[in-house]
Amino acid sequence: MDRIPILKMGRFLLVTIQVDMHDRLALTLQDDLTERIVKEGARGVLIDISSLEIVDSFIGRVLGNIAAMSRVLDAKTVVTGMQPAVAITLVELGLTLPGVRTALNVERGMELLQGELDREGLATVEADADPQG
Amino acid sequence: MLIRKGDSRPLRTEDDVVFSRQAVRSWAVEIGLSLVDQTKLVTAASELARNTVVYGGGGTLTLEQVEDGIRRGIRLVFDDQGPGIPDIERALQDGFTSGGGLGLGLGGARRLVNEFHIDSRPGEGTRITVVKWK
Amino acid sequence: MPDGTLLPAVLAEDDGRLLDDWMREQLASASVRRDLMSETELRQQSAEFLGAFGLAVQTGNFRSVDGPEWAPVRDLLASVSRSRALQGFSPSDTAYFIFSLKQPLFTRLAARATPEQLASEAWTASTVLDRLGLYITEVFQKSREEVIARQQEELMELSTPVVKVWEGVVAVPLIGTLDSARTQVVMENLLARIVEYGASVAIIDITGVPTVDTLVAQHLIKTVAAARLMGAECIISGIRPQIAQTIVHLGVVLENVTTKASLADAILVALRATGYTVTRIASRS
Repeated sequence: MDRIPILKMGRFLLVTIQVDMHDRLALTLQDDLTERIVKEGARGVLIDISSLEIVDSFIGRVLGNIAAMSRVLDAKTVVTGMQPAVAITLVELGLTLPGVRTALNVERGMELLQGELDREGLATVEADADPQG
Repeated sequence: MLIRKGDSRPLRTEDDVVFSRQAVRSWAVEIGLSLVDQTKLVTAASELARNTVVYGGGGTLTLEQVEDGIRRGIRLVFDDQGPGIPDIERALQDGFTSGGGLGLGLGGARRLVNEFHIDSRPGEGTRITVVKWK
Repeated sequence: MPDGTLLPAVLAEDDGRLLDDWMREQLASASVRRDLMSETELRQQSAEFLGAFGLAVQTGNFRSVDGPEWAPVRDLLASVSRSRALQGFSPSDTAYFIFSLKQPLFTRLAARATPEQLASEAWTASTVLDRLGLYITEVFQKSREEVIARQQEELMELSTPVVKVWEGVVAVPLIGTLDSARTQVVMENLLARIVEYGASVAIIDITGVPTVDTLVAQHLIKTVAAARLMGAECIISGIRPQIAQTIVHLGVVLENVTTKASLADAILVALRATGYTVTRIASRS
């Protein structure tokens, strides 16, 4: 496979990683996602790694980069479905995935994103309502 | 230490890194390592294989199924003729996100295996040997 | 004098009385363990063995029992041995299955052999049976070791059950002294259950843990970190004053980890985090 497919789900983008990615593929994903976020005006990115049996430092960096770039583009990133063995290994490696939110599965991930967007929406409305602005 | 079987493969391209992961995984499954131990070994192998390709200019990975008395294990040797590591102590302490340093993640890889040896001199290449026991 | 032995002939030409004699030997001994195995079962095992033994012996290779000709015999003995290990036979009871065949076999060899032949015939037969007796004992030992290892694992898992407290909340009450191995088992078990129950909060209660050392504290912290990476938050509850002191004294840092004095408090926090509150129903008058 030469690219990982990105699905649009409302205001969110969903990526399901199912292959053992080589570095090139991971970097391509980074680029593709950034482009799509801008193109679709996406507010959230869900990366499902429930099929990934290995997450090493390179993939970890890529996930961190995606989160950082998304934030700049006003989108939030959630990584879902990390396998226990992978989580244990990452902790041992000392990788913390800063700036990356996590959820047990895609459904929870969407709830998480939606919840944050709702809260943000409320905050914006309240700010607008304040005449002192 | 008894070597029950061994194999060598090239580490020249990033595809080789992926193939190495798969090879290490199947060897780990063969001696019955637990899922967590498999994952740790394959992840360590991925780190070290990538270092060999990217930093070492390419090299080889040797896989061995070893036996030491009653316990069985997997030994991996990562060899390259690259620039070598100037300050091994420092390299072992490096984190992944710390600025400066080689960012090789050797310290992390070391925590994932039972035995870890580096043999490296500037200009003379690097050999890293790791063992994971069942 | 040809080097071949009379053993193949004795077995090939047997009319079933060898089995009877052998059964008589086995039943006469205390090793027979009628409380564990019925006579019918024993007879069946013995008959099968004689069949396989007879075939292997025909190939004429008595020097060892490791070769492919002896594979069916080895497989049979392995299954006899394993089942006896599980049933509770002792190693010598199990080995006696083989050794009890010596006498009936020798009697038949003696009937056919000349005085000059008898010594070497008996020796050959005895050696083959000795090797098979050793083999059956080795398999027995291994089976017992496997059972013990499995029981140890089950014990570790049983003693740290992960329970579902409510939708999305699980708890694992740790009881007794924790060692490194056990804590690791607990950790892996907890993470697996978090996935299985779809929990977003996991409570680790250590009320029942008398002491905690650095290694165990580090394992707990790693568990919390791993759960967080998976999308679940952990709450550690039931930290006794002594343990709190030990943790601080050891310089273990518990930052970013929610701790609660009691399991009850932890449950309340967990419920709130998952969107529930607890209300008292007004008493009916």
